[in-house]
Amino acid sequence: MPDLSINFAGIKSPNPFWLASAPPTNSGYQVMKAFDAGWGGAVWKTLGIPVINVSSRYGAINYRDTRIAGFNNIELITDRPLADNLKEIEEVKKYFPDHAVIASLMVETREQWIQIIKDVENAGADGIELNFGCPHGMCERGMGSAVGQEPSVLKTIVEWVMDAANIPVITKLTPNISDITDPGLAAVQGGTDAISLINTIKSIVGIDLDSYAPYPVVDGKGTNGGYCGPAVKPIAMHMLRELAQHQKIKDTPISGIGGIENWRDVVEFILLGASSVQVCTAAMHYGFGIVREMETGLIKFMNDKGYDTIYDFVGKALPNVTEWKHLNLKHKVVAEINADKCIGCQLCYIACDDGAHQAIRITEGTRVPEIIDENCVGCNLCSLVCPVEECITMDKRDDGKQHVTWAERTDAGTIPTTFNDDLAGGKGHFVPSVKDALKHRKS
Amino acid sequence: MGGEIPRPIFYFSKLKSKPLAEYKKPTSEQEYLENFAQKKPLMNPTEAYYESSRCLFCYDAPCMNACPTGIDIPLFIKQINTGNVEGAAKTIFDSNWLGNACGKVCPTGVLCEGACVYNHQDVPPLQIGRLQNFATEEVIRKGSKLYEPGPANGRKVAIIGAGPAGIACACELRIMGYQVDIFEAKEKPSGLTVYGVAPYKITNEEVLDEMEYLQNMMGYDVHYNSPITTKKQLKSLERKYDAIFLGVGLGPTAALSLTGEKKDGVVGAVEFIEELRMEKHKVEVPKNVVVIGGGNTAMDAASESARMGAENVYLCYRRSKEDMGAYGFEYDLAVKSGVKGVFNVQPLAIMSRGKITGVKFIRTESKGGKLHYIEGSEYVIPCDMVIKATGQAKMGPFLSKIDGLELDNKNRIKVNLENYQTTHPQYFAGGDAVNGGAEVVNGAYEGKMAAKGIENWLNNR
Ligand SMILES: Cc1cc2nc3c(=O)[nH]c(=O)nc-3n(C[C@H](O)[C@H](O)[C@H](O)COP(=O)(O)OP(=O)(O)OC[C@H]3O[C@@H](n4cnc5c(N)ncnc54)[C@H](O)[C@@H]3O)c2cc1C
Ligand SMILES: Cc1cc2nc3c(=O)[nH]c(=O)nc-3n(C[C@H](O)[C@H](O)[C@H](O)COP(=O)(O)O)c2cc1C
Ligand code: SF4
Ligand code: SF4
Ligand code: SF4
Repeated sequence: MPDLSINFAGIKSPNPFWLASAPPTNSGYQVMKAFDAGWGGAVWKTLGIPVINVSSRYGAINYRDTRIAGFNNIELITDRPLADNLKEIEEVKKYFPDHAVIASLMVETREQWIQIIKDVENAGADGIELNFGCPHGMCERGMGSAVGQEPSVLKTIVEWVMDAANIPVITKLTPNISDITDPGLAAVQGGTDAISLINTIKSIVGIDLDSYAPYPVVDGKGTNGGYCGPAVKPIAMHMLRELAQHQKIKDTPISGIGGIENWRDVVEFILLGASSVQVCTAAMHYGFGIVREMETGLIKFMNDKGYDTIYDFVGKALPNVTEWKHLNLKHKVVAEINADKCIGCQLCYIACDDGAHQAIRITEGTRVPEIIDENCVGCNLCSLVCPVEECITMDKRDDGKQHVTWAERTDAGTIPTTFNDDLAGGKGHFVPSVKDALKHRKS
Repeated sequence: MGGEIPRPIFYFSKLKSKPLAEYKKPTSEQEYLENFAQKKPLMNPTEAYYESSRCLFCYDAPCMNACPTGIDIPLFIKQINTGNVEGAAKTIFDSNWLGNACGKVCPTGVLCEGACVYNHQDVPPLQIGRLQNFATEEVIRKGSKLYEPGPANGRKVAIIGAGPAGIACACELRIMGYQVDIFEAKEKPSGLTVYGVAPYKITNEEVLDEMEYLQNMMGYDVHYNSPITTKKQLKSLERKYDAIFLGVGLGPTAALSLTGEKKDGVVGAVEFIEELRMEKHKVEVPKNVVVIGGGNTAMDAASESARMGAENVYLCYRRSKEDMGAYGFEYDLAVKSGVKGVFNVQPLAIMSRGKITGVKFIRTESKGGKLHYIEGSEYVIPCDMVIKATGQAKMGPFLSKIDGLELDNKNRIKVNLENYQTTHPQYFAGGDAVNGGAEVVNGAYEGKMAAKGIENWLNNR
């Protein structure tokens, strides 16, 4: 049985599964219930001067029969008095002394920071998370993402906090910025113990076609919200990778957040450099029980790979995430259809013909399409649209002996440099004649 | 690479019928409806949403190719999924004027649903028929006017028979601006859809609601209780109308020439079913019933007898089970309703003592494709009622009154399959009278094609 426990910048936790600061960590009742269900840590719903929330507060993207592929909220930080929260933190810590309780904080002045840090430390919090991420409401008042988008302000506040705090400090970043390493670096320079990311992405999740207002509609009006859930995972993973590969940031522990729902997501985040993960939407959608699937999946993965601790594979994918110019231009794959599995939907055919390289043919009398090897550029599109598991595979065709990258070709002076350059990668590649398009016309 | 896709494995939605032979004689309309619970009940919006989400939106979709009317199935399913239910209904009616009836009564397992690509990976196919109804039922219920008749073109067409073929022809002609008068022998429209199809496939109200919806929207005239029977009537139609469409279907159950066939208690399947559909629980079905035949109508009549509370229903067919013309799923349904199949038996005589007491059979066997009687194997299956489901007579005697109208060797009206014109140029025809007895969907298609044929012919005359 592998050891799932972590020591995250000094915050100890029996496993890397933490609840993100959000509605599931709004009260001691919820956090206790979560710990009981198997979560190792919880970042308390952001504390500060309590707010007043609106109703309704959420919107979602439903993709066909999938509910909440993306989730959008216009909620602010806690609307409960600080004293109530502190009392509950204390109680939870009594029941679960070995679990991690991290207090998320967002206040304005230096005095307020000093005061609230003292309060949560006295309540027994194991760490602090600075919420520089909330992209709606709070930022209009100069807090949340307003801080996270301004590296110099962020650095100053981190410095104030580091000065006052005796427990580890995590700085939570907003993704609403063009280069995530700017605030990342500012946090490190300010002395933060760790970083977490991402908070939600500014979004309009939909428009009501009767009231012409964005969702969630509040009495005929709406506002931008913060987007999260499965849809944001790729964006979160990319930002994680940028920090984890940055020379000056990579030694700072990172807690990964954004669209995590199952053990695969957890492993992927760890492989990209996270050493704890935080979850909000999935717990809001399915309840705390989902942690069982994450835990069993993670254990199986670690057993299969022979890992004893999480740290055995933190960042293991990073060396393989490189720049485009270092990819091997000699690598060649071609799509292959397994006729025994094919169900004849012909989605691959129309996808390739209309959206790729006209490399799939249909012969009268059969519904199983055929790849035209010479035309296939190995783009993958067909294998992605195919509804049958492992029916279209990408077959390796190069002998693996040759290796040339764009960077090397640039150095060697063999890259195309003029508009009609003979070195163009697609020069001479098959395209049907323009008029062939009309052959598909239905009479 | 390439190669043939294996034959689809047909999948049928879970039948909501009761387990074997549990039907009590219905004593009220409510009990009747319970015994004939709908095989394809209406979907609720949640069900339609999830089911429609599964459609792959296949290219050159096999389901669509398998539909005799070529409904753009992936399109209407996607329209349902995106909340454009009215658009979905329009997609359906654009190809098939009996879109609602077809969703319920089509043998979808051997048509669209049987062709759905999911079958090839043992995933249940899309429930296309039920999705279709989900869309069409809504516009029928709301009375949404999806179409308008075209501006009057001054031409008139008479239609004989308000069955699926006649109604489809009428709708299509109205779109093109024709004045249309339908002459119907019976008192209700839709032909065998209301008088013949098994009650667990579609209720009378469902059939007639669609008929009313179409007539209100398209504005053709139907003259009920108005059979066309004489040469004089035909001549008058020929004078008054630019063209005449024959959608007369097939005739009553054909005679068997058995001793005792004329006795009380011996009925034709088509007549039995018609009475059942009209009188419902009031129809008396005795304890023991013998059904003779091996086609879909025989399966229906046997199932229906069982559901009407008959204790013993024997489905007797002269050849083997495998030789039956009926769809396998229709036989399975009959067996599930409590029917016993008896194969390789040829009826010889209907036995009676005042009332009928049974049917005398002789056992048969096939030798080299030929059917032989096994000598001395005669025996009697006792019963109180015999249902003959041995095919419908053709409309030969009536059709012979039309000069120059040729029939083929099976007494089907000969038509040009390009435009459904008969050998008498003023007459067009479609449906069972032409195809010899197929499905509602075929009638709907042929009626529509004939309307286009009429337009073309009149334009180029
Ligand atoms: C027992 C049974 C069960 C069936 N079950 C199904 C099923 O489940 N699914 C399915 O798709 N199909 C089923 N069918 C087949 C389907 O009902 C027919 O294929 C379809 O109704 C044919 O349409 P039609 O318009 O050609 O003829 P019909 O439906 O027979 O309509 C012909 C109409 O013309 C009228 N008519 C005839 N002669 C004259 C005249 N001289 N003057 C005026 N009016 C006249 C008749 O009264 C009738 O209304 C079944 C058929 C039977 C017999
Ligand atoms: C309704 C809601 C409220 C949130 N409130 C906070 C908050 O108070 N403080 C904070 O740091 N993040 C807050 N977040 C952001 C989440 O902690 C998390 O960063 C984000 O949802 C991405 O994770 P996910 O994809 O697992 O949901 C909130 C998210 C949601 C959906
Ligand atoms: S990999 Fe791309 S180019 Fe090749 S067949 Fe598939 S879709 Fe076409
Ligand atoms: S997408 Fe897959 S299943 Fe569909 S036709 Fe292509 S290979 Fe066959
Ligand atoms: S074959 Fe099935 S999956 Fe494909 S379009 Fe038709 S219903 Fe949809």
